[in-house]
Amino acid sequence: MSELTDLSISELQAGFRRGEFTPSDALRALEARISAVDPAIDAYLSRDFQTALAAAEKADINLPLGGVPIGIKDAINVLGESCTCSSKMLAGFKSPYDATVISKLRAAGAIPYGRLNMDEFAMGSSTENSAYKKTRNPWDTTRIPGGSSGGSAASVAAREAFATLGSDTGGSIRQPAALCGVVGLKPSYGRVSRYGLVAFASSLDQIGPIARTTKDCASILNVIAGKDSHDSTSLDLPSEDFTAKLGGDLKGVKLGVPKEYFVDGMNPQVRAQVEAAIKRCQELGAEIIEVSLPHTSYAVGVYYIIATAEASANLARFDGVRYGHRAKNPRDLLDHYMRSRDEGFGSEVKRRIILGTYVLSSGYYDAYYLRAQKVRTLIRQDFTNAFEKVDALICPTSPDAAFKIGERVDDPLRMYLADIFTIATNLAGICGISVPCGFVKEEDSHLPVGLQFLGKALDETRLLGIADAYERASGFTTQRPQTV
Amino acid sequence: MSSPNLDVRDVARLARIELTDEEATTFQAQLGRVLEYVEQLKTLDVSGVEPTAHANPVFNVLREDVSQPGLLREAALANAPHSANNLVVVTKVIE
Repeated sequence: MSELTDLSISELQAGFRRGEFTPSDALRALEARISAVDPAIDAYLSRDFQTALAAAEKADINLPLGGVPIGIKDAINVLGESCTCSSKMLAGFKSPYDATVISKLRAAGAIPYGRLNMDEFAMGSSTENSAYKKTRNPWDTTRIPGGSSGGSAASVAAREAFATLGSDTGGSIRQPAALCGVVGLKPSYGRVSRYGLVAFASSLDQIGPIARTTKDCASILNVIAGKDSHDSTSLDLPSEDFTAKLGGDLKGVKLGVPKEYFVDGMNPQVRAQVEAAIKRCQELGAEIIEVSLPHTSYAVGVYYIIATAEASANLARFDGVRYGHRAKNPRDLLDHYMRSRDEGFGSEVKRRIILGTYVLSSGYYDAYYLRAQKVRTLIRQDFTNAFEKVDALICPTSPDAAFKIGERVDDPLRMYLADIFTIATNLAGICGISVPCGFVKEEDSHLPVGLQFLGKALDETRLLGIADAYERASGFTTQRPQTV
Repeated sequence: MSSPNLDVRDVARLARIELTDEEATTFQAQLGRVLEYVEQLKTLDVSGVEPTAHANPVFNVLREDVSQPGLLREAALANAPHSANNLVVVTKVIE
């Protein structure tokens, strides 16, 4: 038998129900695996197996996720656990409540046990902006895991997590999932409550699962989705079984290939793998149709105006008064604010707050923020038009495979452009998933490539069905990194 | 090259962030390049286009006006950097 930690959630649950092993066995195996491999990966900021094992002893395995350990991105509050967003600003902060997704996971029997590294306040594409540690890609530990949910993706790839929660503001679930060779789902805006997720850009943020299979992502979405009175933007929708279309095929499915998502300058090996995956979908019965999303090239610019504007407002709460870092011996209130925020925030967070403050400031609001909101409308309309012709879009998740640690830290704009294929999804509020579709060879490493499917808003059930059909036919999710 | 209109020190002060000279110089150049990049948005004609503030416009979400349990005082104060007598202590505001 393979190692317990190699199992997907559905395999793990089948084992529980057959009585082959217990949730406590699974947690102990996970604890041992983390001890063995995390020194090389550094995905975890902290973990609490004592509390988790106590929960496992009492776990009801007949619940939807009964006894399943789930790792949590450090931006999501879990009662009594630290929640730092990988920032010095929140060093020592202990969550006074559970995020709604955590309450829902607990009610479904799942067990949170550990906190996963991320870019500080989810600002970044490589997890290098963490104030605490650099997470490494399990396929090549000299390379980044992607970001901002880099710990959430790397841990699943390294078999030191069965599944995790991440958050996605401009690609922060899908891009690291692609670069680590696992599956990551960004639900439609409003599908999942954001209550208890530390806010970055409130009109774009969404919590979602990272797992080894599409099926596992669907099972987790079943649990975390739904209207929440604590989040006015969560949508009141009829309950839905997101696993309903799993196990099918692609016959008669219309897949749109957005021509703007195949750009000059993307890694030609990535492009070749994605084109091969599109061909594979065609062989599986899908009808492939070229479509156009004409405003794609404006998405990164729109995003870095809207996301930073919202961030500058959201992060104003870190004032060193009620919680968070407070500078020693302030001369006066202004000095208190300025030094607390200087000492607490890292460079990327400062850059984005400054940019966001600038685009919202008097005299520049119309030229930047209002204009960006208008172009956001055009980007949304591109997707509306495309989804009149096709069931889903198929495209690369990232223009490149995992890059070297340190390679892009001094060039924010180049780092921002790494999100070019994921950002428009958030601006439009639609859903997207990244599944592994092959490998590229860089130097001596084989690095995973992600294939992205995008669905119209609230069409997760169909999107998951399409991704699952491709995933089962392609078989890439069964491959695992050999470095750990 | 940096944007002529962006004075990083001035904006950082509005955002209540102290910067070292080195940070100010670096950010000025980096954000200048980002602003140059977003200039491309000005090439689009957006006349008559409505702005999008939220992907799903939801308005006036109300609930019954009845009190609900919230954080206990001890829990709310537990993360405060400085508290006394069940209150958060702030830096002196008036002389």
